[in-house]
Amino acid sequence: MKYLDEYRDPETAKKLAEAIRRATTQPWTLMEICGGQTHSIVRFGIDELLPDSIELVHGPGCPVCVTPLELIDKAVEIASRPEVIFCSFGDMLRVPGSEKDLLSVKAAGGDVRIVYSPVDAVGVAKEHPDKEVVFFAVGFETTAPANAMAVHQAKLQGVKNFSVLVSHVLVPPAMEAILSAPGNRVQGFLAAGHVCTVMGYQEYQPIVEKYGKPIVVTGFEPVDILEGIYLCVKQLEEGRVEVENQYSRSVLVDGNRPAQQLIQTVFRIVDRKWRGIGTIPVSGLGLQPEYGDFDAELRFDLANRQVEEPEACQSGRVLQGEIKPHECPAFGKECTPERPLGATMVSSEGACAAYYQYRRLMPEGA
Amino acid sequence: MCLAVPGRILSLHGEDPLQRTAQVDFGGVVKEINMAFLPECGVQDYVLVHVGFAISKVDEEEAKRIFEALDSLEEPVRDDSDPTGGEVA
Ligand code: SF4
Repeated sequence: MKYLDEYRDPETAKKLAEAIRRATTQPWTLMEICGGQTHSIVRFGIDELLPDSIELVHGPGCPVCVTPLELIDKAVEIASRPEVIFCSFGDMLRVPGSEKDLLSVKAAGGDVRIVYSPVDAVGVAKEHPDKEVVFFAVGFETTAPANAMAVHQAKLQGVKNFSVLVSHVLVPPAMEAILSAPGNRVQGFLAAGHVCTVMGYQEYQPIVEKYGKPIVVTGFEPVDILEGIYLCVKQLEEGRVEVENQYSRSVLVDGNRPAQQLIQTVFRIVDRKWRGIGTIPVSGLGLQPEYGDFDAELRFDLANRQVEEPEACQSGRVLQGEIKPHECPAFGKECTPERPLGATMVSSEGACAAYYQYRRLMPEGA
Repeated sequence: MCLAVPGRILSLHGEDPLQRTAQVDFGGVVKEINMAFLPECGVQDYVLVHVGFAISKVDEEEAKRIFEALDSLEEPVRDDSDPTGGEVA
């Protein structure tokens, strides 16, 4: 496919890896933000093409992984009600709640449906006026416009039996949380390209200035990631600290204005709890008061519920780049994709799942 | 979750700006995609699609940049410092 295949070309990847090798004179630790990038890196073995002195640590950019436990429990509770059709992206179904996941609700007879697009859930609501249709609105800035559109259309069309369970997260505050953590090792970021297609990259300038770490907006294919690493290493080696855009074929500095406008119409910025990490100030989106009628937490009276997370899972440390998945004592033992302890082992973009899928047979210490 | 896939617009449909759709070709698989966020795109344009919505236009010139940049990167080092001894090529 055009704009995909050429960015997976092994020869081009090798040339870039060579260029990185030549540019590198000292050790650097970089973090890729997005779980989709983590997946590409592990799947295509990009980290193995790099000189030993470049370490990639994996970031928190997996919305499935960071959706707090209590939101999963709320989803399970809502989906278990007989009057509810619960619609979700497929990746949320196997995320473990305190006691069960959405898939087991479905197996027990609950009407849980996977939708491709959030607006499909509005369609389901129109087809079933006698049911309450709830959509699990998770995601980063990339997904926010589509989720906002579903709520906006439901309001415009007067669809009263539709609501959303919102757990939206924002990337820049998470980057700041990582950079300001006492044990931070990250010296440069590969920012999440698809988040930037929507938001642009102006908001990274103050972060670059405040923390003195380069940020390179980077795509998702192997060639993109390698070029992102190259640009980031060049900056570090030359002592420059800038926001750079590797993914210029799809990202404009201002992002997508109509999408941003709709996000602002429907959502407002709120503090948000991240699974394994805790609450990060101003790091999420919740519904604007004018759209409060569509808030499933209010509709089902679950707003004040809080749940403590179990300690066995180290996903918070994995998501902040403190440890690699295989360094978690439970990895591949008590915790596997079949019996996950944490969401990072279930999500197709979770770092633990990526390591399990592609690196399980790796010799110790490799 | 933030996966977005490039596809080519085959046709555009509808007047309502919020509901405007396109038939988009993803290497042979054609899907109906909401175009509300990219009102300026036309037939034959490539767009990046995420959960049923086109979120950005793919710029053809910028897409070539990396391969051109790579050629200029390579030249000075070909002969002397290739640690693979030429195996790679
Ligand atoms: S391996 Fe399992 S228990 Fe360990 S951090 Fe990953 S998801 Fe959590």
